[in-house]
Amino acid sequence: MSNQFGWAQFGFLLTGLQWTLLLSAIAFAGGGVVGLLVALGRTAESALLRRITAGYIAVFQGTPLLMQLFVVYYGLGLIGLRLPAWSAVAIGFTLNASAFLGDIWRGAIQALPKGQSEAASALGLHYVSRMKDVVLPQALRIAQPATVGYLVQLIKGTSLAAIVGFIELARAGQIVSNQTFKPILVFGIVGAMYFFLCWPLSLYSARLEARFAAAAR
Amino acid sequence: MGNKLDFSVVYDQMPALLWGSLGTLGLALASMSLALVIGVGGVVTRSSHSWILRTATIAFIELIRNTPFLVQIFFLFFALPQLGLKLNPTVTAIIALGLNGGAYAIEIIRGGVQSIHKGQTEAGLALGLHRAQVFRLIVLKPALRAIYPSLTGQFILLTLTTSICSSVSAFELTSVAQRIESDTFRSFEVYFTITLMYLAMSWILMSGFAVISRRYFSYPTR
Repeated sequence: MSNQFGWAQFGFLLTGLQWTLLLSAIAFAGGGVVGLLVALGRTAESALLRRITAGYIAVFQGTPLLMQLFVVYYGLGLIGLRLPAWSAVAIGFTLNASAFLGDIWRGAIQALPKGQSEAASALGLHYVSRMKDVVLPQALRIAQPATVGYLVQLIKGTSLAAIVGFIELARAGQIVSNQTFKPILVFGIVGAMYFFLCWPLSLYSARLEARFAAAAR
Repeated sequence: MGNKLDFSVVYDQMPALLWGSLGTLGLALASMSLALVIGVGGVVTRSSHSWILRTATIAFIELIRNTPFLVQIFFLFFALPQLGLKLNPTVTAIIALGLNGGAYAIEIIRGGVQSIHKGQTEAGLALGLHRAQVFRLIVLKPALRAIYPSLTGQFILLTLTTSICSSVSAFELTSVAQRIESDTFRSFEVYFTITLMYLAMSWILMSGFAVISRRYFSYPTR
């Protein structure tokens, strides 16, 4: 690549953008699955399960995401797992996302009137069917605005993979900036890419929230 | 080296790490002050009569909230010198964190101000209270009570975000840890320890804020 900012550099940024999208998708999918378990544990009848999941959430919400990535990255290496950077980073983001999504969904499950799950048990539904058919479909609907809003945090968060050395959009920006000596232009473009990724989601989340607020009135 | 854990390095470097923690708290405190100034100013310009000021404020809020902090701090790190501001990394970090926290603070404070019904101040004035009394007793305290949880939560979030400022080598805990790591190669031990230190900091802040809240913002029970 030359020292000028041209199509080749722009293409490199786009490749970075692809990795950002992929990393966000993996973290959201993985975090969604684990987060659902966390939310169920947080609202379980067993006090022990509630304690453990509460601690899990508190640790992930009380420490910097960057540190979580470092600890997972070096911790996996320490127990002998030599994973490529992207999978170590994906595990870190998945764990982080599961704590935040778990907390959001816990709130939604608890926001549901108690009568719903009481009626379900009275009808003889066991736990799995009570959750799957009665509680969760309603709770996840309530949680929609917050979930979409969290997606914005998640996408922005993936930029920290750059510090661990994984080449996604922010790291691609750093590389191109060092090469072309046009940091303001490059980070301006990188910022714009993130913005046009996140802004529609923010607007969508706000619209969902307004719709729910109107429905609740 | 081997795979054995060895925390002796961390133990030896504890004074440096504690200084780093103070750096982190100082960074958080300085940038939160800046964020509050931007927050209050932003509430005024957000509801200004001039549409330029209104639009500019909204654009600022949306721009900050929809881009990663890492990109913001890199941008400022290179953009400020172009404007003739040659600042050291820590000051740059304070500005970046302050702008970031400010965008969130505007929305939080605006919510608090809007939560006070107009009838409340009118009633206060009708009862013969002074304007200053109305502001202090009827507007300020309930508004602060309304925004206190979000604002303190934002402060803790800002404290955690300071770790990203290590990427421009501002003085705080993570950059101290990175120096120790590159001297000793004890990556896991160092980062695990400072993760616990961050956790301790956010717990101490959280409980401190809870005490203040109970002391000053609890509703009178009588």
